[in-house]
Amino acid sequence: MLDYITSYLKSDTTPGQAGNLLWAFIYIVLIFLGLSVAVIAMNWLERKILAHMQVRLGPMRVGPHGLLQPIADALKLLIKEDIMPAEADPFVFWMAPLIVVITAFTVFIVVPFGPAHAVTDMNIGVLFMLGVSSLSVLGVVMAGWASNSHYPLMGALRSSAQMVSYEIAMGLAVISAVLMTSLNREGVGTLSMIGIVQAQQAQHVWFIFKFFPLGLIAFFIFAVAMVAETNRAPFDLPEAESELTAGFHTEYSGFRWSLFFLAEYSAMIAVSSIAVTLWLGGWMRPFPNALSGETWDRVFSLIPGLSFLFLAAMTFYSTARMPKHSYFRVQTIGLAGFGVVLALIGLVLFLPPVRDRIQDIFWFSAKVATSMYMYIWYRGTFPRYRFDQLMTVGWKVLLPMGIGVLILTAIAGVLL
Amino acid sequence: MTDRTSHLELEQHEKTFLDSNELIINMGPQHPATHGVLRVILKLDGEKVLGTECVIGYLHRGVEKIAEHRTYTMFNPYVDRMDYVAAVSNGLGYCEAVEKLLSAEAPPRAKYIRVILTELNRLASHMLWLGTHALDIGAITPLFYTFRDREEILKIFEKYCGARLTTHAFRIGGCVYETYEGFEREVKKFLDFVAPKIDEYEELLTTNRIWVERTKGVGKISAKECIALGVTGPVLRASGVKWDLRKAQPYAAYADFDFEIPIGQNGDTYDRYIVRMQEMRQSLRIIEQAVGKIPDGPIMAKVPKVMKPPVGEIYHSIEAPKGELGYFIVSDGSTQPYRVRVRPPSFVNLQALDMMVRGQLVADVIAVIGTLDIVLGEVDC
Repeated sequence: MLDYITSYLKSDTTPGQAGNLLWAFIYIVLIFLGLSVAVIAMNWLERKILAHMQVRLGPMRVGPHGLLQPIADALKLLIKEDIMPAEADPFVFWMAPLIVVITAFTVFIVVPFGPAHAVTDMNIGVLFMLGVSSLSVLGVVMAGWASNSHYPLMGALRSSAQMVSYEIAMGLAVISAVLMTSLNREGVGTLSMIGIVQAQQAQHVWFIFKFFPLGLIAFFIFAVAMVAETNRAPFDLPEAESELTAGFHTEYSGFRWSLFFLAEYSAMIAVSSIAVTLWLGGWMRPFPNALSGETWDRVFSLIPGLSFLFLAAMTFYSTARMPKHSYFRVQTIGLAGFGVVLALIGLVLFLPPVRDRIQDIFWFSAKVATSMYMYIWYRGTFPRYRFDQLMTVGWKVLLPMGIGVLILTAIAGVLL
Repeated sequence: MTDRTSHLELEQHEKTFLDSNELIINMGPQHPATHGVLRVILKLDGEKVLGTECVIGYLHRGVEKIAEHRTYTMFNPYVDRMDYVAAVSNGLGYCEAVEKLLSAEAPPRAKYIRVILTELNRLASHMLWLGTHALDIGAITPLFYTFRDREEILKIFEKYCGARLTTHAFRIGGCVYETYEGFEREVKKFLDFVAPKIDEYEELLTTNRIWVERTKGVGKISAKECIALGVTGPVLRASGVKWDLRKAQPYAAYADFDFEIPIGQNGDTYDRYIVRMQEMRQSLRIIEQAVGKIPDGPIMAKVPKVMKPPVGEIYHSIEAPKGELGYFIVSDGSTQPYRVRVRPPSFVNLQALDMMVRGQLVADVIAVIGTLDIVLGEVDC
C-alpha cells in the first residue's frame, strides 16, 4: 500500500499516465479545492480591483478590507430560500446549473500546472478542453428555456449564438498553435496539453513570439474569443444587466445561482489556462532564453517566496494604516494574522524541496492570474457590444483573421 | 392603466407556420435601465423591435393640481420634485414665470447668482446623464467618475442653500440667500477641477470603438421629426437645429454672456453625446464669465408678501438641461394660481422613443432611453 503511494512520487508523469488511481483522486480533490478557493479569491479581488478602478473602496465591512465578504456571500447564498418559478420545468431547471458547473470543472482534468502536475495527460488534451467547455452552452440554453420567462429565454438565445460562433475563431487560433508544435525533427505535432508546453520548451520560444507577429495575432484572436466564450464584458450580452436584467439566470437564486457564478469563474480560469498553455509557455518561467543558466534559475526560483513576502508586506502596511480605535481592534488583528499567514507561506516556499516542486505551479498560476486581471480590466473599461456587432466581430473579423493566421503559419512552418 | 390592453397586442395578425413568433416583452416599471419607473412594452421579432409603447404615470403626483391649492410661494418647492436632478432649473423657470406675471424683475446680482447655480445644475444633470447612459451601454466606470465630480457641485449647493438635490434655491423676486463667504473662489476652484475631468470622460468614451459602434446611427431622428414632435433640448440640437432658449429668448442674465450653441448633424445617439459634452464645456464658460463679473447690490426685488398677481395668463419657458421647460400659469387675481400647466421636456421628448427605435435592436432601446435623458419625476409630474 505504502509502495503504491510512494511509487508515484518518484515518477515524473501525471497520475493518469502512471495509472495511479489514488493519486489521481488526490489531484482531483486538490484541484477542486484549489479552484473553489481561487473562485472565492477572484470574487474578492474582482470587487476590490474594479472598485479601485472606479474610485471607490469596494467591500470594507466584513472582515478587514472585506476579506471575509466572499465567505459571507457564500453563506448567504447557501441559506437562501430555493425559489423555482411555478411555470418552470423542474427537471431541466434543476439540471441546468449542474451541467454548467460539471463541464466547467471537468476541463481541469487536463490542465497542466506542471510537467507532472495534472490529473492526466490526454493525447487529445486541447480538443477535450474545447469540447467539454463548449458543452456548458447546453446548460445555459436549458436554464433559459426551463425558466419559462422572456428575459432568460433571450439571454439563452444570445449566449448560444455567441458561444457557438466564437468557438470557431477560437478553434482556428488553437490550430495555428498546434501547428507550431509540429515544427520538430519528426514533424509530428501534439494535442496534449503537456506536449504543447514541452514543444515550446524544445523550440526555446513561447508560441506567442513564434513567427512574429503570427503567434501574437493568434493569441489575440484567442484572447478575444475567450472573453466572448465566457460571456464576460465587453461580450456579456447574455447577462447584460441593463438590458436583460440578468440574462439566462434571471430566475435563479440562492445556491443554484451560486453554481452559475462558480461555473462562470472556473470557465474563465479554464480558458485562461488554455491560453497560457498554448501561447505563454505554460509552467515555464519568464525569460527562459535571455536570462538562462544556473544562476538565473536560482534567482527565479526565489520569486514565488518573494512575491508572497511582498503581499505580506503590503498587508502589514495596511495593518499599520488601520484606524487606531478599539472598534477596529479585531479587524486589525485579523489583517495582521492574514499577513502572518502570507509571510509563512512565503517562507515555506523558500525551502528547497518545496521550492523545486512549486515552481511550475506558481508560474502557471501567475500567468493565469494575469489573464484574470485582464478580464477585470476589460470590465472596467469597455462598453458592451450589441448583438449584431458581436456577430460581426466574430464572423467577419476574427474568423477571416483566424484563417489567415492559420494559412500563414502553415506557410511559415514549411518555409522557415 | 396597467390593465388596459396594449395596442401592440391588438395588432397581431393571423399566423402561418412561416411567421416567426412575435414576442411581447414588458420592460419595466422595475427594470435596471428604464431610469426609474418607465414601463415600455416591446414587440420583438427575435432581437428586432417591431414597436414600442410607453406606459407612464407610475410616479404621478399631481403637481399641477397641487398648485391650485397652494399660494404662489408655497408651490415653489414642489417644482423641484419634478426633474429632481435639475431642481435649480425648475425653480428658475417657475420663479421667472411668476415674476413675469407680477411684472417684477429680479435684481442683477440675483440674476447672476441664478445663472451660476443653474449652469452648475446643468453640469450636474449632464454628468448624471453621462454616467447612467454609459452604464446602460455597458461601460460601468464613467458612472463613478461622474458621480465623484457631481458631488463637488452638490457641495456648493449644500453650502449655498443647505440642500443638495431639491434645492429650492430661488424665490419669486430674486434669491433669498446671499452667496456665502468664498463662493466665487470655490466656484472658480471647481471650474479648474472639472475641466480636466470632462476630458477624462471623453478619453474613456469618445473614441472608444465599442462606444462609437454602439451609438453612431442609433436612434436617428431628423430635425423635421424633432420639430413635429416638439422635441427640444440637446436632442433637437443634435439633429442640427440651432435652437437654445438661452440665446433665442434670453432670460435671467444670459444675454450678458458669450457662449456657443453646440449642434450636431446626424441626430444620432453619438451626436447627442457630443452635443451634451460640448454643452458642459459651454456651461463652464458661462459660469466663468458670470463669476468674473457678478455685480454687487440687492438680491431680492420688492415683491408683495401676499402675492396677488393681476388676472391674466403667462407662458414662460427656459432651457432646462433636458430641453424647453415651460410654465403656463393662469391667475384669477387670488393668492393661488387658477391653473398651472408645466411643459416638461422629458415628457415631450419621450414621445420620440417609438419613432427612434422601430426596426432597431433591443440593446438600442436601452441606448435611446438613455440618450433621451428622461427623468421620470418630470415625465409623470
